[in-house]
Amino acid sequence: MWVIPALPLAGFLLLALLRNYLPKHLAAFIGCCTVFISLLAATYVFYNVKAGNTHVAHYFNFIDVAKLHIGFDLKIDQLTAIFLLIITGVGFLIHLYSVAYMKEEEGKNYAKYFSYLNLFIFFMLLLVMGANYLILFIGWEGVGLCSYLLIGFWFTNNNYNNAAKKAFVMNRIGDLGFLLALFWLIAKVGTLDFSTADHKGVFDLLDQLNSFEKTGITLLLFMGATGKSAQIPLYTWLPDAMAGPTPVSALIHAATMVTAGIYMIARSNVLFSQAPITQTVILWIGAATALLAATIAMKQNDIKKVLAYSTVSQLGFMFLALGTGNYVAAVFHVMTHAFFKALLFLGAGSVIFGLHHEQDIRNMGGISKKMRVTYITFFIGCLAIAGFPPLSGFFSKDSILLGAFEQQHYIVYGIALFTACLTAFYMFRLLFISFHGKYRGTEAQWHHIKESPAAMTIPLIVLALLAAIGGFVNIPTLFHGKLSLTAFLSPVIAMEPVAAIEHSTEYMLMGSTILLVLVAVLLAYKMFKNYQYKEAAGLGKTLENKWYIDEWYDRIIVQPLLAVGGFFKNIIEKSGIDGLVNGVGRAVNYSSRQIRLLQSGQIGVYILMMVIGILVLFIVQLFL
Amino acid sequence: MLFSIGIIGVLIRRNAIILFMCIELMLNSVNLLLVAFSKMHANGVAHANPSLASDAQVFVFFIMVVAAAEVSVGLAIIVMMYRNIHSVDINFLNRLKN
Repeated sequence: MWVIPALPLAGFLLLALLRNYLPKHLAAFIGCCTVFISLLAATYVFYNVKAGNTHVAHYFNFIDVAKLHIGFDLKIDQLTAIFLLIITGVGFLIHLYSVAYMKEEEGKNYAKYFSYLNLFIFFMLLLVMGANYLILFIGWEGVGLCSYLLIGFWFTNNNYNNAAKKAFVMNRIGDLGFLLALFWLIAKVGTLDFSTADHKGVFDLLDQLNSFEKTGITLLLFMGATGKSAQIPLYTWLPDAMAGPTPVSALIHAATMVTAGIYMIARSNVLFSQAPITQTVILWIGAATALLAATIAMKQNDIKKVLAYSTVSQLGFMFLALGTGNYVAAVFHVMTHAFFKALLFLGAGSVIFGLHHEQDIRNMGGISKKMRVTYITFFIGCLAIAGFPPLSGFFSKDSILLGAFEQQHYIVYGIALFTACLTAFYMFRLLFISFHGKYRGTEAQWHHIKESPAAMTIPLIVLALLAAIGGFVNIPTLFHGKLSLTAFLSPVIAMEPVAAIEHSTEYMLMGSTILLVLVAVLLAYKMFKNYQYKEAAGLGKTLENKWYIDEWYDRIIVQPLLAVGGFFKNIIEKSGIDGLVNGVGRAVNYSSRQIRLLQSGQIGVYILMMVIGILVLFIVQLFL
Repeated sequence: MLFSIGIIGVLIRRNAIILFMCIELMLNSVNLLLVAFSKMHANGVAHANPSLASDAQVFVFFIMVVAAAEVSVGLAIIVMMYRNIHSVDINFLNRLKN
């Protein structure tokens, strides 16, 4: 079982240490191989778990202080198995894709890239395989680090470095909440293990916490999740993170790292179910984030930025599901989102690669004729994310919406429905502007466009297939399905039974969703069939500039912090501390000069000193 | 009082030989004082501790011996000083300055 994370770690070490000497194809081979073997191991584990064998392995005592014993334990159960498949599967496809995408890098950077990717997979695997919160946190921090390394991969550009720093710092802010929650747990329950055989884990000892503590701990954990999974208010790093290479965006910011928050909350579902206030908070923040991001995505002009905001929006959907207690729907959406978002990102990467690093959709158009495979797979991805049946997005999004409706959160349901329409609208806007219409570049560039190499198109095709059929793992009872995913996860995720609504209502809801989405797509078709770029004005301009939220953050938080830093530097550091240290030096200098005058060399003065000294001693001994 | 005259003289005088005379003055004044006090307190002390009666007088002998030795050495130093700077003014001995 330890093979699964150990292999990418070995890959990372090999590649990192030998990166100056490895030729390109060997580096790619090592990188892809480790993940592929992990994928095989993950499949084997999955079948094992399906047969009912969950497994906990204790490796060594990590922390052993007074009453606190935390071991380095890895655990495989149903939830882990699913995430393992997603991570290694999509990860492997992305490794394959990167082989071709990063071809232009020189040998050193090529190997460095694959070493970082392997390290990322290692940390993500550690995250989902941890048997206690501490191992989860190690993986949590590690993927944050790898995100920084990979976003700032082309480190010669200062803007990219700033984006990487922004991602890491915002992640860190969330981690503060996570750490506080961990400390609180240790203080109150004394352990961080999820659940042990002798009923000493966190989830077994929940009765020891009163409701205030439960709410507090879950809120702090959620704060960690907002940083990692880009919710309000810590989401602004994700669009800027598009500075990294596109496969990185696909892996980290579509399929894996951003789902770490969802995994953590799904893992702690027992805890969260007992903190209804937190669930409401999660619900509303998720809904608000989904809506906000969708509105911004409608006016972006960079392919990757649209997809980034789409990711934020879909994550909002997942948190919405978590807020209604519908953990299975959230995990389901994670799975399907991994498929179609990775597909969309890789497709965008294919377009960027084919057009020689052109990312602005205002300079594209009519590419569908030249890049057929990319176009078709991208189209399938758009269908999936919009929620067209019978693709995967339909099932997962619908289960989320249904869950909201069943819990009688009608306003949230309305917001989610509206956001789903917006999703369809902006995705198809992207599709039509980029692929249809007339090409808006020069004639010379048009000649150079051709379909991407096989290493890139094969992952696209595989992902398109998965996006299409992935929904069939959890067909609701409405269609005489078996809800296989829910049944599979039931040992891990305890779902409260809900008052089921009538089938007719369900049909109506589904039908209305599909209809509205169709309307949105047709609207997008009419508006963007023959696209000419117009300068945005009014609301459009606000949306294009992301509601100026980045500027607000800058004014309210960043500038004051810089001012405080400047104050500390100039006044306290320069005048205060430096003055003190220099002052000591100057005082010593001065006093030494004065004392030197005493050494006149005249013995008369010396004898006087002697006499005075004796007198002083005399007087002193009189008093003492 | 003699002692204090001696001290003041040591501090003020410039001539090295006079300086030594003042030092001698101090030593001899101390002798005098010891003998006088010994006689003054002789009766009272003898009751408590018999050997203390003439302790001070014995100490006077030691002081006289030391004074003699010190004078010989001191005069030797003055002679060397004169040979180097051809004067007995102590203000010229400032090579230890700074």
